[in-house]
Amino acid sequence: MEHQTFGGEVTIPHAAPTDESKKRIYKTTIVLSVITIIELGFGYLLYMTDFSHALDLAFKGVIIILSLAKAFYIVSVFMHLGDEIRNLIMTIVAPLLIFVWFIIAFLYEGVSWKNLRNEYNPKEPVKYEQHTTPAHEGGLK
Amino acid sequence: MAQAAAANTKWWSGGKSPFNVEYGKLMMWYFLMSDAFTFGAFLISYGTVRMSSNSWPDPNLVFNSLPFAGHANLPLVFVSLMTFILIVSSVTMVLAVHEGHHGNRKGVVKWMFWTIVGGLAFLSCQAWEWNHLYHQGAWWGRNPFPNADGTIASTNFSNFFFTITGFHGFHVFSGVVINIIVTIMAWRGVFERRGHYLMIEKIGLYWHFVDLVWVFVFLFFYLV
Repeated sequence: MEHQTFGGEVTIPHAAPTDESKKRIYKTTIVLSVITIIELGFGYLLYMTDFSHALDLAFKGVIIILSLAKAFYIVSVFMHLGDEIRNLIMTIVAPLLIFVWFIIAFLYEGVSWKNLRNEYNPKEPVKYEQHTTPAHEGGLK
Repeated sequence: MAQAAAANTKWWSGGKSPFNVEYGKLMMWYFLMSDAFTFGAFLISYGTVRMSSNSWPDPNLVFNSLPFAGHANLPLVFVSLMTFILIVSSVTMVLAVHEGHHGNRKGVVKWMFWTIVGGLAFLSCQAWEWNHLYHQGAWWGRNPFPNADGTIASTNFSNFFFTITGFHGFHVFSGVVINIIVTIMAWRGVFERRGHYLMIEKIGLYWHFVDLVWVFVFLFFYLV
């Protein structure tokens, strides 16, 4: 087996890059662009139409899942993490799993904070007083 | 020439890197992981505060301008342009890494040049947007945009926007600076003499990470 030495370290090269890998780059580019266009389409849909709160959240959920797909493509293809050794992938991905708890716990906390404040201190909705003239006339919805 | 490692390679028997990557590249991965926690903490604190607010400014009404378009109402258009600029500069970076694998000095320099152009274009867009928002009265501690339900908004919206896009923009700026340095090194044949273009791979990882963060900034500030 042929070895490579980088700065005194012995590593075994990954499969030699071929034209196939260039094709994969272009394919991923198209996938990322198409997902972004779909996301923008949903964004405009949310802007143009007056959905119910539940439908609004559903669309936002779909957009978030599409963004996670984009993240997966960037990390696994562009950053070549998919080609690395499994143990290396795990040392990077496993710590990031803590985000699952992090997101659930903190967003739950935010909602709880809002509910408690509305229940016990409803007269003070804005913490920092502002004295600027509004830049536009409120929201459409 | 190069061949893939056999499935039964004993990675931990010593004499080689058990993760089969060079030290600097491994450390770049761990730096990016820590940076992901920093950005994650920023975005989650933004989410928490937004969740705790009864209403929040509608991004479609805040980010609706385009350079040279006057007062036309064009939500999402400018930020889509910025997103595509960053995706394209990510692709040119992969192509530079690809040329590096083949030891093609000219190819590396060419694609690195386009990556730098993309980075500068993104920074220019961001500078325009910040300037535009500043002249509308938005800055840290100032938020002229009312909530979607018509009530006066807190300054949380602009504080988070300028802090997080600023932190991301600073990453892009450092990326461009490092890209320029590395491109000059590649052009002068430093990596050719070294025998490998691993430095391009390492800065490539950083550049893709910056693109990755933008995916989420774009998502949480402009789309939802």
